Amino acid sequence: MTTQEALFKYTLRLGDCSIILAQRLCEWTSKGPFLEEDLALTNIALDIFGRGKSLLEYAARIEGKGRTEDTLAFFRSDRQFTNYLICEQENGDYAKTMIRQAMVDCFDLLLYSELTKSKDETLAGIAAKSVKEITYHKRHSFSWTDRFGNGTEESRTRAQKALNELWRFTGEFFEVEEADEILIKEGVAVDVKSFQNKWETELHALFEKANLTLPETVFMQTGGRKGIHTEHLAYLLAEMQALPRMYPDAKW
Amino acid sequence: MENKDFEAIFENKLAKNEMVEPKDWMPDNYRKHLLRQISQHAHSEIIGMLPEGNWISRAPSLRSKLVLLAKVQDEGGHGLYLYTAAESLGTSRDEMLDALQTGRAKYSSIFNYPTLSWADIGAVGWLVDGAAIMNQVMLQRTSYGPYARAMVRICKEESFHQRQGYEVMTHMAFGTPEQKEMAQDALNRWWFPTLMMFGPPDSESPNSENAIKWRIKRETNDQLRQRFVNQTVEQVQYLGLTIPDKNLKWNESKKGYDFSEPDWAEFKNVIKGNGPCNKERLDARNKAHNEGRWVREAAAAYGKKQMEQYAAA
Ligand SMILES: [Fe+2]
Ligand SMILES: [Fe+2]
Ligand SMILES: [Fe+2]
Repeated sequence: MTTQEALFKYTLRLGDCSIILAQRLCEWTSKGPFLEEDLALTNIALDIFGRGKSLLEYAARIEGKGRTEDTLAFFRSDRQFTNYLICEQENGDYAKTMIRQAMVDCFDLLLYSELTKSKDETLAGIAAKSVKEITYHKRHSFSWTDRFGNGTEESRTRAQKALNELWRFTGEFFEVEEADEILIKEGVAVDVKSFQNKWETELHALFEKANLTLPETVFMQTGGRKGIHTEHLAYLLAEMQALPRMYPDAKW
Repeated sequence: MENKDFEAIFENKLAKNEMVEPKDWMPDNYRKHLLRQISQHAHSEIIGMLPEGNWISRAPSLRSKLVLLAKVQDEGGHGLYLYTAAESLGTSRDEMLDALQTGRAKYSSIFNYPTLSWADIGAVGWLVDGAAIMNQVMLQRTSYGPYARAMVRICKEESFHQRQGYEVMTHMAFGTPEQKEMAQDALNRWWFPTLMMFGPPDSESPNSENAIKWRIKRETNDQLRQRFVNQTVEQVQYLGLTIPDKNLKWNESKKGYDFSEPDWAEFKNVIKGNGPCNKERLDARNKAHNEGRWVREAAAAYGKKQMEQYAAA
């Protein structure tokens, strides 16, 4: 694998994670639990879409084969998407959406903070903008997790159920593959292992404060990087990609 | 002071084009009229999120997805400012939402039509937001301060929406034959419902003297409708589309277009609740509200516990 191939793969994966997660989040728009929260979550979806768009644009540029961010988003199959499985999981109730978000935000803040130091200026620039946004997202998802855990019996039960369902998808955050190794050596990619402990400590503290317990034995699911997804992704893409695929010659 | 003195102060404010503020005395019918108008406007923004929200997941490019998502968020923001303005008249948002969700309160009947293709997203932004602006521009100087200030911000964003909608229409109308067909079909379906947004013809709408005195209205329904048609014909011609009205014709003597009246029986029917999507819109609003109940309860319980801990410390 050349450095360029590795950089394409790496950037594409970050972009895929963002686009797929944001596509999930905006399913809440106009259906939020109350107006202010509807607006807040839509704002978060907007940030993450914006980041995903920049990353896919850059990935297309690195690849240099004439594809654009839109061909990457709308003309690849689920087998070609490399997002982590957690991003594509269904929203479920608001507790599941927020617990998923807390896990991702905590990871993303550590990841993108490190990425600001990347030797790749474009990635460093995207990261710098993202860190500010993710800081706010994390405050939002962490406070909802706390509120649910310490709110009513019902909200705690729902949050606990969400945690039990989702924890098994967090192992993927810390996998390292060939592309990562090549780019870590070059000072371009982030070594996720370097902050795995920090991520665990922060989330453990959050769940403890929120009265929630981590499931004891969990087998970590994997496959996103290889394009082996859960059954949810193909449905998500069928909806997201329908129009461009039905009218491939159209410009929108 | 006597009521009469208060009334004189109020009248004086109107006469001098000054703003009435929440703490000021105001006549009951003024308060009632404004509360109804502002809350209906707020409901329209909130219900309006639904037909456009319908296409967020299927927006055909990343850019158009971002634009649409931001637009729908703006509409929610408009709802929020307007509920806040209405609350300053002494009715809580919960009461207003309850009136909406039980079908007692009205909202703009345009949102009871379905968005069936991506071109509808263009047509709604261009025509519906366009008509809304024409109806609302004068409200930036309406007599009730909180409403006027909310409207300044809202109108700015609505004109942005209108331009974005027209941009989508441009892509569709100058696109592939299928896209052009979608654009024409969207115009066919949205044209007359948009004309209905200006309200019933003047001959049937009780001349509302108060609305003019209170600076809530400046032009009549028919005058606004005429201005909208005059302004829009040229835009339609540029797009190479056809307005679905055989009677549309330039009238030199009135320096404006003649056009067919919308089907007012349909208008009344949609207002009565029989439009194509009345049920879907209310169901969706109620579903979101009901499914969010435990979230709101959790937030309230948490807030209460925090207060108690704070008090005990
Ligand atoms: Fe509006
Ligand atoms: Fe609006
Ligand atoms: Fe608008």
